[in-house]
Amino acid sequence: MPQKATVGFKNRDIISIHDFSKDEIQHILKVAKVYKDRPHPGLLKGTILASLFFEPSTRTRFSFESAMERLGGSVISLADAKSSSSSKGESLSDSIRIVEKYCDVIVMRHPLEGAARLAAEISKNPVINGGDGANQHPTQTFLDLFSIQETQKKLSGLHVALVGDLKYGRTTHSLAYALALFGAKLYFVAPQSLQMPDHIMRNLKKIKAKYSFHTHPDQLMSKLDIFYATRIQRERFPDPLEYEKVEGIYVITNKLLKKVKKNFRILHPLPRVNEINYEVDDTPYAYYFEQANNGLYVRQALLALIMGKAS
Amino acid sequence: MRAFRVYAIKQGTVIDHIPEGKGVEIIELLSLRKWKKVVTLGMGFTSRKLGAKDIVKIEEKELNQDEANKIALIAPTATINIIRNFKLVRKTQVKVPRVIEGIVKCANPACITNHDHVRTRFYLEKAKPLLVLCHYCERYFDESALTLL
Repeated sequence: MPQKATVGFKNRDIISIHDFSKDEIQHILKVAKVYKDRPHPGLLKGTILASLFFEPSTRTRFSFESAMERLGGSVISLADAKSSSSSKGESLSDSIRIVEKYCDVIVMRHPLEGAARLAAEISKNPVINGGDGANQHPTQTFLDLFSIQETQKKLSGLHVALVGDLKYGRTTHSLAYALALFGAKLYFVAPQSLQMPDHIMRNLKKIKAKYSFHTHPDQLMSKLDIFYATRIQRERFPDPLEYEKVEGIYVITNKLLKKVKKNFRILHPLPRVNEINYEVDDTPYAYYFEQANNGLYVRQALLALIMGKAS
Repeated sequence: MRAFRVYAIKQGTVIDHIPEGKGVEIIELLSLRKWKKVVTLGMGFTSRKLGAKDIVKIEEKELNQDEANKIALIAPTATINIIRNFKLVRKTQVKVPRVIEGIVKCANPACITNHDHVRTRFYLEKAKPLLVLCHYCERYFDESALTLL
């Protein structure tokens, strides 16, 4: 059974990584491990999850819906945001006021930043943020941390490179913050135009994060524990020539992995396009598919905790 | 006979040391257009501290601390003088409140507060220079990015 919580999670909203302490994060990961080790069918029998994705999502949505089904609960979902009331001009506040009556917990993704925070203030039932614009995606951070802990047997004092589009990639924003809480040394590897934005750096400085900036991963490889790759999107570059210049630098190939440590692992929030060469999939360093799988257990843990069925 | 540029008031509030050009915004902020008594706006006075300043005089209204603190967001140098029977009875500096609700707009166009029916809320991070954090989109903004709702 899950171990005793040091803090209360029942009816709690999951909106931003900034709402969680180190102890609370560790507790979520501990509960997730219980669900990974042993299925808990029937735990949330009679509980209804409303899955409101106003923006496309594959992994987050599927894993939340699957997590609820595996715990014995059921799911009602927005089939297509384009056919929902919001497309007819209904405000988010009104949509939430209606939907909360039909369910026990809401998971939502919305293109506007702060949308999940607003929904949580309106809804009497707990709300889980599945991504709000470029702002937060806390459940992705929990599953990233779970995967890091699983591969490294610890979270403290690791050397982690966050690579690719650090400007627009929300997953790296919250992950950098959470890792800094655990005393990681962070290496931000990105073209200058896609480096960590000022508001994220301000948060990191506030908690005295250890970090450095790099434009190329080559020199770092031998000291890294984790290489967290993200996709660089062509459309982020106003000049296509600029994109072509950086395109190859951030592609992981077996050649780049020659000097890595034994415990070194590659993570990626997926989908990948060409950041990780397919040849890397067969190396012991590839962990991104297991990472995606871990989303299921972390989301089961969150649902069970906020429904008051795990402590 | 002495020529007065702005006459003294008997009862009310004088907001002094307003940065030049911000006097009009203070009138909007405090909804003084709806105040039924006399309101005087003076612009471009010489000031040793600021170079140039605006002054707003509100007759028969004593600003409370909340109203005074709102002013700090757009005019951090302002002083509030409470006048009774032509005498200055209290002089205070404005102070930015720790939580700023429903006064300024979020400068992030993708913030939910610019699209839904919701009162904006910011947390004061630093008073000088002013830096606030949006409760919803979690972005930081300095004084230059803040506009009144």
